[in-house]
Amino acid sequence: MRDAFVRELFKAAKSNSNIHLITGDLGFGVLTKFEASYPEQYTNAGVAEQNMTGLAAGLAMNGFKVFTYSIGNFSTLRCLEQIRNDVCYHGLDVTIISIGGGFSYGSLGYSHHATEDLSILRSLPGLSVYVPGCVWETAEITAHLLDKPGPKYLRLDKSGVQSTRVLDERFGFERLRLVPEAGAKSSSSLDVLIVAAGGILEEALTASSILRNKGLACRVMSAHSLKPFDTDGLLSSARRASAIFSLEENVIEGGLGSLVAEQLLEGGVWPKKFGRLGIRATSLTSLVGDQKYLRESHGLLGSQIAPKILGDLDLVGKHEKLPYVSPSHQAGI
Amino acid sequence: MLNMTSRAGSSHIASAFSMTDLIAVLYGNILKIDCKTFESPDRDRFILSKGHAGVTLYATLAELGFFNLEVLNTYYQNGSVLSGHVSHKNVPGVEFSTGSLGHGLSVATGLAYSATLRRQSFRSFCLMSDGECDEGSNWEAILFAGHHKLQNLVTLVDYNKIQSLKSVDQTLRLEPFRAKWESFGWSVREIDGHDHSMIRSTLESLPFEVNKPSCVIAHTVKGKGVSFMENQVVWHYRSARGSEYEDARRELMCEGAVN
Repeated sequence: MRDAFVRELFKAAKSNSNIHLITGDLGFGVLTKFEASYPEQYTNAGVAEQNMTGLAAGLAMNGFKVFTYSIGNFSTLRCLEQIRNDVCYHGLDVTIISIGGGFSYGSLGYSHHATEDLSILRSLPGLSVYVPGCVWETAEITAHLLDKPGPKYLRLDKSGVQSTRVLDERFGFERLRLVPEAGAKSSSSLDVLIVAAGGILEEALTASSILRNKGLACRVMSAHSLKPFDTDGLLSSARRASAIFSLEENVIEGGLGSLVAEQLLEGGVWPKKFGRLGIRATSLTSLVGDQKYLRESHGLLGSQIAPKILGDLDLVGKHEKLPYVSPSHQAGI
Repeated sequence: MLNMTSRAGSSHIASAFSMTDLIAVLYGNILKIDCKTFESPDRDRFILSKGHAGVTLYATLAELGFFNLEVLNTYYQNGSVLSGHVSHKNVPGVEFSTGSLGHGLSVATGLAYSATLRRQSFRSFCLMSDGECDEGSNWEAILFAGHHKLQNLVTLVDYNKIQSLKSVDQTLRLEPFRAKWESFGWSVREIDGHDHSMIRSTLESLPFEVNKPSCVIAHTVKGKGVSFMENQVVWHYRSARGSEYEDARRELMCEGAVN
């Protein structure tokens, strides 16, 4: 995802000298070509994210289209007030990029887990929030962001499949995307609808495939734009679904799951079953492990989600029992 | 300003008085800012980072014709556009909104940096409080501006020596203050922040050095101009009422005060 973003930005920078990329001293090897090709459009602000964001506001006030770049929580939570007061309140054309959404940098430890940003940033007035689920979505969103003024946040995932695009599928910017899935039948009713945001979309697709093999009509939606949110797109699919689950690599408080619940209730759609799949604060541990390992420890792998959904639907007895991968436990020393 | 804060029952009158002379000279003699051409890309940029002293900026802008003086009567009132801390929304002439300390200098630095990238000639000014220098974000900006040799950036520090609860020395000592700025690559001048002729001559000699941002450490008196407010922490919070208002008004020779 990171490379797709940089590639699109690189392409656009050639013809748009207003584009300015500020890094918080991160992006080793990734931004080298950009810096070498467009030295006047690149700044390393040093390890100083508050100033980086204030600088971005100042540049944007003078007509620049600014991108701030860092990893994990550094470009978001570390400088949250600068984003709120300096960028959002003034409606400035600043796009905040965070590489390493969720557990992307899992093994680096808790400081590098970006697992609350969706909840926090989507609450900021005036800030658009984008969470692509694959490399293709990243490239499409980045291209659109280049034409969109105002404050924006783009959360990128280190994981994520190359492309979930099928054939000549056209991308709908700021629209919920019903992901084309092999074997998915176009039925009028759905047993299960999974709405996922970010690189964890791949787990939703795995779960969906498993459930489909069990005879359930299941589809996955990619919520690559949390704000603006495609309420109509959600409600039209939700109305024909018996059960709806959200999936995110973010705490369940205030993120995608909360957003979907809010929209369903306000839209008068009451599924028979609704569940939020994400990081439960009570299960936060100091576990060390890569992204897949930490997803597994929180029960967020596709192979774990599928039986959980079956269990929640009280359908386990009607289907062959699936192996449930129990969460790993941290070994003591 | 006295009328605005007394009518509103709002705080920070002493913080406003300590920087009023600086603002008067800046807008009267130094800044290339005009209400008729405020949208000009070549205008100087001024950011009041100590947003809690917004009454001074509001009053100055009204006096300069950015908006009607009558609007000042609404300061701090329900439905007003003039909030206690400086806001740009619907207030002509306010470049940037502040209120949380430690924000203005980074933005002013970004503006100065943007001018160098665009090869524009405008200057970027930031007026800060001394207590505000506790905020680490400022030192990130000071480091950046020195590194990038932003000679079109000017910071003025309203060094009245008193912050929110106690004196600066009792809270977080800034001294040796000048040496700190200089060690970050800035050119520094210390002045009497109430001597108009000194303020003017100092600011007319900007930039102080080639390839260095300029810092003016303005030694000021908190509550300047009203004897019983001067150097008293309580006037960071209190507004003048009754006889206090009358006494203050008399001292300021505030004829024609807004009713």
